[in-house]
Amino acid sequence: MDPRFDVELVAVTKRYGATVAVDSISLRVPKAGYCCLLGPSGCGKTSTLRMIAGHEGITEGDLLIDGRNVTDLPPRARGTAMMFQNYALFPHLDCLDNVAFGLRMRGVGKAERHRRAHTFLELVDMGGYAKRLPAQLSGGQQQRIALARALIMQPRVLLLDEPLSALDPFLRVRMREELKRLQRELKITFIHVTHAQDEAMALADVMVVMDGGEIRQVGPPAEVFERPVSAFVARFIGGHNVLPWQGNMIAVRSDHCTLDRSGRGPSLKARVSNVEYQGPTVRVALLTSDGLEAAVLLSDHVFKESLVSTGDEVTFSWPEASAHRLAA
Amino acid sequence: MDALANAPDILSATAENTRHREWRLPRRAVSWLQVLPLTAILVVLFALPTLLFLVVSFFDYDRTGIYPAFLLDSYREIFTSASTLRVYGSTLKFAAIVWAITLFLGFNIAYFLIFHVRNPKIRIIFFLLCAIPFFTSAIIRTMAWIPFLGRSGVFNQAVMGLGFTSQPLSFLLFSDFSVVIAYVHLYTLLMIGPIANSLSKIDRSLVEAARDAGASRWQIMAHVIIPLSKTGIALGSILVITQVMGDYFVVRQMSGGQSASIVSALSVEIQAMQYPPAAANAIVLVVIVALMVGCLLRIVDVRKELMK
Repeated sequence: MDPRFDVELVAVTKRYGATVAVDSISLRVPKAGYCCLLGPSGCGKTSTLRMIAGHEGITEGDLLIDGRNVTDLPPRARGTAMMFQNYALFPHLDCLDNVAFGLRMRGVGKAERHRRAHTFLELVDMGGYAKRLPAQLSGGQQQRIALARALIMQPRVLLLDEPLSALDPFLRVRMREELKRLQRELKITFIHVTHAQDEAMALADVMVVMDGGEIRQVGPPAEVFERPVSAFVARFIGGHNVLPWQGNMIAVRSDHCTLDRSGRGPSLKARVSNVEYQGPTVRVALLTSDGLEAAVLLSDHVFKESLVSTGDEVTFSWPEASAHRLAA
Repeated sequence: MDALANAPDILSATAENTRHREWRLPRRAVSWLQVLPLTAILVVLFALPTLLFLVVSFFDYDRTGIYPAFLLDSYREIFTSASTLRVYGSTLKFAAIVWAITLFLGFNIAYFLIFHVRNPKIRIIFFLLCAIPFFTSAIIRTMAWIPFLGRSGVFNQAVMGLGFTSQPLSFLLFSDFSVVIAYVHLYTLLMIGPIANSLSKIDRSLVEAARDAGASRWQIMAHVIIPLSKTGIALGSILVITQVMGDYFVVRQMSGGQSASIVSALSVEIQAMQYPPAAANAIVLVVIVALMVGCLLRIVDVRKELMK
């Protein structure tokens, strides 16, 4: 029993018949940490979350929450609360009753549960919507209600299944900030499943990159970004060129590469396949003579000096120190 | 130059467009035409006959004919004669019992089909098993109970053969019991269909969300599943109750003539050429059923379900 961790997975496996969705993963989430499970669809991240929540049985292995083995306990007895991807608000109940639902199930009297539901509606800035039905709310508002409904259970661990994927990009960034603020203020552990690396990087204290039912890398976002362990992680995190170099695979950050023809250090010949203006930076997509894809991220003033355009033959190079060797 | 040459083409095309538009019916007329066939059917086959009953129900009559008048005697008789009241009471009693049983069975079967049968193919097979008996006539299916439940019927022989009883059970046939059995057999599907329809629209994640919030199985049922299948329950109830209230055949056959339904009493009156009391009976029945349906529709917005 280690009190430093809120959630501990010990060799947790999920099988559906013959297919293995999650393959013996072990993970420790520190107390009051923000943990993001990141990976492409079908990587097992949602199954993992659902196993922690207790909505999916654990085939093998153990799950500890606050040092207590909860592998065979129902959701409520685990001290977790889940926020569902489609929010799963009860369509026949107004916002107040949606938020108060868990208290009602626990037998809390009407006046008391409504009073507490009101405070949680205020917490998510939805105080004025108590009497609205979910169908009368926008996606972002529904999400706040779902968040309040989960938080009112005062969970030790809040589980979020792709909470931002249904929102438009603008709202996504705002909700992202809000989630982080709530997590800081409430001092509870958030486990957040997402397939968007920018989301994971913005939020996570601990980032868990998954693929094929296994964990590929765990660490703080900066560490994962600066030192990806494999080609998969480097590609999935984005912002890297994965290249074979002197018999090894290396990852080089696109923003460390240059199109400097005089460049010292390693270089490759390539043709510009696309130029994307992104505001402060310009992304120049390249195709090497060996048919490898790469990209260079130039700041806009550097781009203005070099002025390459689609179809140009260029030499791109990177400082030796920026090349990061990948495991096979 | 080219543009100029094309100009007359454009002009004539516009002209054709407007000519085309002249032939189009106004929107309102289209809507009226669309509702016309159903309106015609309802007016000719329902509204006019009902109006006719209403008028005739106030007429005077004797053994040879009916005479225009405005008498309330037929209605007075319905509400004062003990035997008529008994018939109404027994029909209402059957409606209540059958409604309760079909609701219980129908809800549970529908719940099983939707929430427990995961494989869609097997679900379709089960639905067909429920529906296929309905390909035969209701009369045949009702009569089929007689050789099964009779004193020397299959069931009694089996029970006696197994030694549970030495005497044949006589309450099985030609009793309230057999009437209810036949009704339940005939009408449970009417309950299953609408309830299964609304259950199938319930998002599974709602059940998980309820479980996540600590709801027990019964709490999930009471606070999530049943409220969200209310429209299906109401629709099924309307179908079953109107069927039982309007029944003519089942009660007579399965009670062995011991019980009567409103409609069978009404048919006796028609055979005796007592048209005004029969018409009054029909009107009262329509009003009672309409009130029941009206109450159910007040509880749930069935239109919402049908629009989905």
